[in-house]
Amino acid sequence: MSVQETASSDPLVTEETRRLNMIEAINEALDIMLARDPDVIIMGEDVGYFGGVFRATAGLQEKHGKTRVFDTPISECGIIGVAVGMGAYGLRPVPEIQFADYIYPGLDQLISEAARLRYRSAGEYIAPMTVRSPFGGGIFGGQTHSQSPEAIFAHVSGLKTVIPSTPHDAKGLLIAAIEDNDPVIFFEPKRIYNGPFSGYYDKPVEPWKKHRDSKVPEGYYKIPLGKARIVQEGEAMTVLTYGTMVHVAEAVCAAKGVDAEILDLRTLVPLDIEAIEKSVKKTGRCLIVHEATRTAGFGAELSALVTERCFYHLEAPVDRVTGFDTPYPHSLEWAYFPGPVRIGEAIDKLLKD
Amino acid sequence: MADRPEGTAAQGSNKPVLSLHVPEPKYRPGDTVDFSHIGVTRPGDQPRPDEVCHASETAPLTLDLVRVLGDDNKAHGPWDPKLDPETLRQMLRHFAMVRAFDARMYRGQRQGKTSFYMKCTGEEATSISAAMALASDDMVFPSYRQQGILIARGYSLVEMINQIYSNRGDKLKGRQLPIMYSSREHSFFSISGNLATQTPQAVGWAMASAIKGDSRIAATWVGEGSTAEGDFHSACTFAAVYNAPVILNVVNNQWAISSFSGFAGAERTTFAARAVGYGIAGIRVDGNDPLAVYAAERWAANRARANAGPTLIEHFTYRAEGHSTSDDPSQYRSAHESDEWPLGDPVNRLKKHLIALGEWDEERHAAMDLACAEEVKAATKEAEKNGILGHGLHHPFATMFEDVFEELPWHLVEQSKQAIHEREVKFPEGRPK
Repeated sequence: MSVQETASSDPLVTEETRRLNMIEAINEALDIMLARDPDVIIMGEDVGYFGGVFRATAGLQEKHGKTRVFDTPISECGIIGVAVGMGAYGLRPVPEIQFADYIYPGLDQLISEAARLRYRSAGEYIAPMTVRSPFGGGIFGGQTHSQSPEAIFAHVSGLKTVIPSTPHDAKGLLIAAIEDNDPVIFFEPKRIYNGPFSGYYDKPVEPWKKHRDSKVPEGYYKIPLGKARIVQEGEAMTVLTYGTMVHVAEAVCAAKGVDAEILDLRTLVPLDIEAIEKSVKKTGRCLIVHEATRTAGFGAELSALVTERCFYHLEAPVDRVTGFDTPYPHSLEWAYFPGPVRIGEAIDKLLKD
Repeated sequence: MADRPEGTAAQGSNKPVLSLHVPEPKYRPGDTVDFSHIGVTRPGDQPRPDEVCHASETAPLTLDLVRVLGDDNKAHGPWDPKLDPETLRQMLRHFAMVRAFDARMYRGQRQGKTSFYMKCTGEEATSISAAMALASDDMVFPSYRQQGILIARGYSLVEMINQIYSNRGDKLKGRQLPIMYSSREHSFFSISGNLATQTPQAVGWAMASAIKGDSRIAATWVGEGSTAEGDFHSACTFAAVYNAPVILNVVNNQWAISSFSGFAGAERTTFAARAVGYGIAGIRVDGNDPLAVYAAERWAANRARANAGPTLIEHFTYRAEGHSTSDDPSQYRSAHESDEWPLGDPVNRLKKHLIALGEWDEERHAAMDLACAEEVKAATKEAEKNGILGHGLHHPFATMFEDVFEELPWHLVEQSKQAIHEREVKFPEGRPK
């Protein structure tokens, strides 16, 4: 089977390409990997018969059987812990943590065990698991269904952190993550499961079917981890972003008529530093946009890297647009969300400097 | 009535005053020890249910104490595993080897050859006898005091010492604290150091084995103190839910560093009794009785292999020495405890049993001890050719960056160059490899 890789020019759009939403794309990736590799198993709360609270595993148990796709006790520590043991046996588990906000009871098993196993055993044992988890806000999930904890995982040596922003990427990145021999945290921006989100929450929601990046090829393909996607080329500034915020940044730049180059990082670890450097050195300005809280967020790392590597090319200080350093408030969700106003003002400031 | 702090809500009320119970061990340094409260059962009295019985049938055994070897040095009752003398002598030799190894490594640490060591004195049966009851390819997920498993499985002493010295021969590349072994070849999982994390992992391995229709089972070991970790309860839940072919060994050696077993709940019930709430089989066994440990482990292994589910075994034993070389138990417990321990010493008990059978004698025992000490000494000398900790014979610096990921990402390539550069600045003339 040939391994296809993608670029932003999208050579994959053929007659076989259908339009899927992100859930369908993820479901298809899981289905393909269950069929291709008998060592792949899926487990998590409500993922079996019911097919997951977001339907990401719908139909998979019926198709692949109860010992390949099954429900688990409500124990994230247990889910990640048994996944480590399964990996040691030789399986390739794909556990789901129902919401990223629930992942913390499993942190010791992720940080001290899965992430360190290859290192501490000098390669005797590995933890080739992909932990899927919906993350981010914008769905009125309150403080326990809206968090973006990606920086915690990006900080841990031995973990890879992947965040898709389109159905097309979700499928290709998830297949790559499952085949990867290192533990991967695969955060799915749940706000854009069913349609891209412009950040203009008071405007009607567009379905994925109308979006250019919902064209998803049939069958198996991979998008390599560690390669950013150029969402749009531009000269005025570089926007570094990922997940839901890719679409928000794109909409704001379009609304303002800014000729920005937008990079969808796709994976935080490993990071495509080459693409970042190339773009920032070209544009001389860099805006970082993420939904997660600001202090010690991944934007801080990006800002440091850009400053260290592109300082003499910069026309203005690197700036960050992020969520506020508070828990995600339920009723004030849109006041919290780094929406068009916050991004727009940052763009203005960056271009003025 | 207890003293009541001023200003508490209970003042002026006729409701009973609440008081917090903070567990306290019976004996502290200098105290005379009396262990008569420990219920020492009569060997042979405990019933042995069928291996595929309903888990609830084992409930009485979780409050009992399965024993086989009596004061008469003979084996009694239904739990007698009826091992042949050759197997018993082999077990005794593993005991002697672990003791010799512990003695030498402890001394090595005191001599500055390594940073850390942990003995298993008094607990040898809980690993060696248990491991001998398993198949050699059953997967074990040990805690940090199960060196006996490696000895029983024939792991090379030189490899163990290389690891303890973190030298250039250490196949774990000097990354792990001493005694945190790993040997895939011996179906021995990498020891973590974080407590109880191995328990759900063992369950996961067992689940995988069942998913694949394999015949191998998994076993894990955890200290009684660490059963307080959430991981242990996750492990029990998953083991019960999926009827996983796994054995959960709880080594109750009474002490978790300076905290006695009461801080893990021992004042309320036994650790074996945890099994009852989860609906899994449970056995409480005299951990200093090698035959009882072997029998309990074999019972659980047969049960798991027959798809009859997991078993939790509490090995009731005593940590005769400090937690580690970094610990001084005389600061918190009575030095008499070890001598007064009512269940004796496993090595001595097995030795006397073999002598009672007419299959062993003091001369052979002394010769065996000497041979083990010599073998360990020779292995130590061999390992020391690869260096001791801090004396320069370690793995090359670049290996520090390997195995974080399968492939080196750009940031680790950069950091690796930095590390090598720093060595060049520090040793401009170069340094002997």
